Amino acid sequence: MSATDRESTFPLAMEGREALVAASREGRPLTPTERAIAQVEALTPQEAAERTISNEMLADRRPGSREPLIINLGPNHPSTHGVLRLIVELDGEIVRDLTPVVGYLHTGIEKQCENKTWWQAITCVTRMDYLAPFANIHAYTMAVETLLDMDIPPRAEWIRVLLSELNRLASHLVFLGTSGLEMGAMSVFFYCYRERDEVLDLFEMVSGERMNHLYFQVGGCAEDLPEGFLERLTRLLAQMPGRIDEYEALLTANPIWIDRLKGIGVIPSEQLLGLGVTGPTLRAAGVPFDLRKSQPYSGYEYFQFDVPTEIAGDSYARYLVRVREMRESVKIMQQVIDGLPGGPVQSDDRKVVLPPHEELAYSMEALIHHFKLVTEGFMVPEGEAYATVESPRGEMGCYVVSDGGPKPYRVHMRDPSFVNLQALRPLAKGGYLADLIAIIATLDPVMGGVDR
Amino acid sequence: MPGAVVEEHTHAGELTVEVRADRILEAVRALKDGATQFSRLSGVTCADFPDEPSRFRLAYHLHSLQSGRRVRLRIWAGGLDPEVDSVTSVWPGAEWQEREVYDQFGVRFRGNPDLCRILNPLDWDGHPLRRDYPIGGEAVEFTDAV
Amino acid sequence: MALIPPPGAPVHRSARTDDSIDWDLRDPELVEAAHGILTTTVEKAIAWTQTSAIWPATFGLACCSIEMMHTLSPRLDMGRFGAEYFRGSPRQADLMIVAGRLTQKMAPVVRHIYDQMLEPKWVISMGACASTGGVFNNYATIQGCDKVIPVDVYVPGCPPRPESLMEGIDILRTKIGGNGQTPSSELIAERTRVREEWLVARAAADEAAAAAKDGQPS
Repeated sequence: MSATDRESTFPLAMEGREALVAASREGRPLTPTERAIAQVEALTPQEAAERTISNEMLADRRPGSREPLIINLGPNHPSTHGVLRLIVELDGEIVRDLTPVVGYLHTGIEKQCENKTWWQAITCVTRMDYLAPFANIHAYTMAVETLLDMDIPPRAEWIRVLLSELNRLASHLVFLGTSGLEMGAMSVFFYCYRERDEVLDLFEMVSGERMNHLYFQVGGCAEDLPEGFLERLTRLLAQMPGRIDEYEALLTANPIWIDRLKGIGVIPSEQLLGLGVTGPTLRAAGVPFDLRKSQPYSGYEYFQFDVPTEIAGDSYARYLVRVREMRESVKIMQQVIDGLPGGPVQSDDRKVVLPPHEELAYSMEALIHHFKLVTEGFMVPEGEAYATVESPRGEMGCYVVSDGGPKPYRVHMRDPSFVNLQALRPLAKGGYLADLIAIIATLDPVMGGVDR
Repeated sequence: MPGAVVEEHTHAGELTVEVRADRILEAVRALKDGATQFSRLSGVTCADFPDEPSRFRLAYHLHSLQSGRRVRLRIWAGGLDPEVDSVTSVWPGAEWQEREVYDQFGVRFRGNPDLCRILNPLDWDGHPLRRDYPIGGEAVEFTDAV
Repeated sequence: MALIPPPGAPVHRSARTDDSIDWDLRDPELVEAAHGILTTTVEKAIAWTQTSAIWPATFGLACCSIEMMHTLSPRLDMGRFGAEYFRGSPRQADLMIVAGRLTQKMAPVVRHIYDQMLEPKWVISMGACASTGGVFNNYATIQGCDKVIPVDVYVPGCPPRPESLMEGIDILRTKIGGNGQTPSSELIAERTRVREEWLVARAAADEAAAAAKDGQPS
């Protein structure tokens, strides 16, 4: 490979050389991903000229007779939903093969969590899948509560449901907006972000931050809902169905939208299951798997809602499933507001949850508990637990291992985007390059979750 | 499936079955196709216990779509060059998860079609999530927080 | 709450692509010289065009990119300041908003894209992770994108509100000068000049009053 031979000041060519270095260090041949990286980066301008189609090849027009063009949809690309790198082997406009390269956003969050206390780790975990921070912390707190064998008051469970559904709405709004942007329908972007700003205002009322919240605590929620939150949410929910109708009016019957999305990216649902795909992608292929229904957690069994499923399995179906999920989320939130129980929002286990501030004035025990919790943190008994929630992208799981101490021993998030992205290759193979963009848009990966 | 299961225990409502490392593929196939029908693989993860003889403890989370039940298969992989069989022949979706375990812990998977680093740069030295790997980063003054 | 490092601040910064055709907005001497440069109408006009149509390059990495998109949203429209058109190609962009955590794997890419941008170019480091590494101090995250590219304005926050990013862009436009916004060096020079003139005028008035007083009794 000429990448090692020549002195290259081209920084990205280093990765090709890294692949060769890694392989030779371990004394093994290049794996398919490494080969793809080395191939795409080993091109000097002279080599690129050599690899282009010669006149003889142009004359020979049988499909498959041309040498493939390997292009790099680099990590910095307007349409790849974040820092996703795709090395695409093209035959004309048709994608013959595709290698996703991830890791450009790998922040070492799981290692960071091992140095934080159980409560501090929530701040790290929330930044993984940054479009669904409530899903991240819901899975994490559920896992820790399983280990602690802790009961959470019903009001806290219902508030968690409320905020998770609001998060689902916000995440699907980003999906719709950015998909529209990538397909060229820019107006949808502005419509969706108008609503999302209002949803983020609600998040700010509740947790103090528009994104990356620290609101769910081990044992419930950090604080009760502020005054005025439910009124404001009710007003938003009254508007939302009309707004979703607006988006559908823009897109659902739009011939350009249908042309770009219908029939794109179909593989059998068994293959999707084998790949581990979950979430709207799987439901659009006919498998009605939703953790909120099959394994109800946090009180979801009390709510009436449908799980939108389509059978076509193409990008259009994935779009329809998400739009309908937005409507279902509005329904669930309405039910939560109507029936929200009173009571505390935190468990009263003083060994884990901070005592209310008033108690510190008159209770010595509360003072001692507070001191211990703030300086040392709470201890979680030894063991391991795996808790799953239905995030807007699919099954979000959190695997925690505890050694009995105040810090997690191991935190691993089974992120849905990471597993779903493996389906990109079979979905996009054989389609056009423009369809590849449509598939990435409707697969809705979030690179923070993929790379963690 | 005689002799494969080492032990079995339930903690916090979750069933964990420990299996011998060389029988993992058999166990996984039996669970998938057998009466229990654990047809979905939720995840493949690992935890590092440097004090144990086989330091890496892998966990396979299986899930049954029909019954909704979950089970965790646990195997130990140890030694200087830990290696286990890959389950990508049963579930292709395990490929990236096994690559992540290889990248972060150094456990190799026999039969994984594409075993190279996925999260860290390709020529990264070491396996970051091992317990003896330092957290890295910069020193911060006046605090011992990381 | 956007910040500009004070002149002479001992922060390690990486070099610009080509020092000979580029001048550093943070260097106090150059800013003083720029004060001279910007007094010509042509230069002022150029500065006005630069600030009225700063085209950012799409460089959203993580959560901050979502807030960057919110700066484009109808509520706080960045487009009214000319920065609506996010260019896909760095060759056509003049502002790089590093929005999100910069990781070891992504660092050469950032540098490469920065080098591909044409002068004049500016960099806003958006968010705590891009400015200093943020919440993440570990093996994988670079503790601040200014270790890789030179930064003009730092916008703290995790993620910063769209209003904060807007302030950062506003401060950058003030620094560039033009569009009715005088660069701060000019403002300081102007204020100094006005004060000196006033002092001179006051001294003259005092002298005249004293002379009149002397003249009176005689």
